Amino acid sequence: MLASYVPILVLFGVAFALALVLMTLSRIAGPYRPNKIKLDPYESGMDPVGQAKERYSIAFYLVAMEFIVFDLEVIFIYPWAVGFRDLGVGTFYAMVVFVVILFVGLFYTLRKGTLDWDMKSLKHQAMKL
Amino acid sequence: MTEITSASYIVLGVSLFMLLNSAALTVYAERRIAAFIQYRVGPNRVGPLGLLQPIADVVKLILKEDVTPRNSYRTLHTIAPLIPVVTALMTVAVIPFGEGIFVTNINASVLYLLAIASLGVYGVTLAGWSSNSKYSLLGGLRAAAQMISYELPLGMAIASVILFVGSLSIVDVAAAQENWWFIFLNPIGAIIFIIAAFAESNRTPFDIVEAEQELVGGFHTEYSSMKFGMFFLAEYMHVVINSMLITTFFFGSYHLPFAGYWLPEMSPLLKGLLDVSVFVAKTGFFVFFFIWIRWTIPRFKFNQVMTLGWAKLLPMSIVNFMAIAAVLYFLF
Repeated sequence: MLASYVPILVLFGVAFALALVLMTLSRIAGPYRPNKIKLDPYESGMDPVGQAKERYSIAFYLVAMEFIVFDLEVIFIYPWAVGFRDLGVGTFYAMVVFVVILFVGLFYTLRKGTLDWDMKSLKHQAMKL
Repeated sequence: MTEITSASYIVLGVSLFMLLNSAALTVYAERRIAAFIQYRVGPNRVGPLGLLQPIADVVKLILKEDVTPRNSYRTLHTIAPLIPVVTALMTVAVIPFGEGIFVTNINASVLYLLAIASLGVYGVTLAGWSSNSKYSLLGGLRAAAQMISYELPLGMAIASVILFVGSLSIVDVAAAQENWWFIFLNPIGAIIFIIAAFAESNRTPFDIVEAEQELVGGFHTEYSSMKFGMFFLAEYMHVVINSMLITTFFFGSYHLPFAGYWLPEMSPLLKGLLDVSVFVAKTGFFVFFFIWIRWTIPRFKFNQVMTLGWAKLLPMSIVNFMAIAAVLYFLF
């Protein structure tokens, strides 16, 4: 049973070693002559302003949270998809209810504006709260 | 569950070798096809027809200076390029290339595939976050948001295939398509899967990650030398692997169309050769399809990408899934 996972472990080792060798090779073979300007992060040729570890749009967090919720729901659907013929007709209706609830949640978040990437509408929403 | 023999390791070695080579070949093919579409010649100097161009590229990349920008998170900056390459290489373990020709047949290989595919997001996000460059940060965030969003329709499209098969093993998925490819039984699922696969591998029309006009190089703006080469390699390996997955899940894997009805009995050796060549031919076609799309269609805006994923593909894929379940349940 677990033995069938051994090749995956071997593959992981091989893949990791391969990637590491390729990267180390360029470290050894390539030149290394750093200077102040070369080490600057790219900002269209201007002097970089501040650091890049800044705050970013809340929309990314919202997408991430929604992803966690919906990915879990997708995972719930998988076991049913495997055995739905043997599980009886009751589970089919149960699944319909589950999916309807899922849809209500999806359309609620969409109407609330999770996917509004427009700054104006985000500000508008913040004012409403 | 099949036993792991030395044959599995031979398949593993050969498939790894083939995958790396096909990534290099895809780079060459992309440049030649792009040139053909744009009425240019393309690379034709290194070797016959320019076929050795990828090797020249790799040697050049290795000989370049490896620059890590000031104030970046050095460890993460070094680890990040490893992740997409390793995850791309690890998917070959569960893909069947012919009847009985696979590395390993684990009973949850579909879940394994989805898990490994999601790990690829880390490479992109960490690269963007650790570079200390605004372009990298924005590119990394957008890439991460896009990749996780399209994982949902991708997962649901695969689930709609699982309904027909009744098993989470990809070997069973391939075997179930001997007569009817799933593109015929589940065309909507196939289209959703192909779109999501394009988005997952960050290819046009979903390459907003690398929209030069606004984000320069996206998450790999601050990468040079072979570290950049790793991202490049990973992108093309993902193209090849996604072509393999499209083939495996919807286009009959190693079967000829309706093979069960007309294909005569053959010796195992001949059958194996036929299987592998059919699989390679189909994969090759989809690699060409990826390249063809890239040089034909312009890219979407970011908000369009997100709306397509969440408001259109996700509901569509769930409705498709339930419809197929209902049809299978009440009509068959």
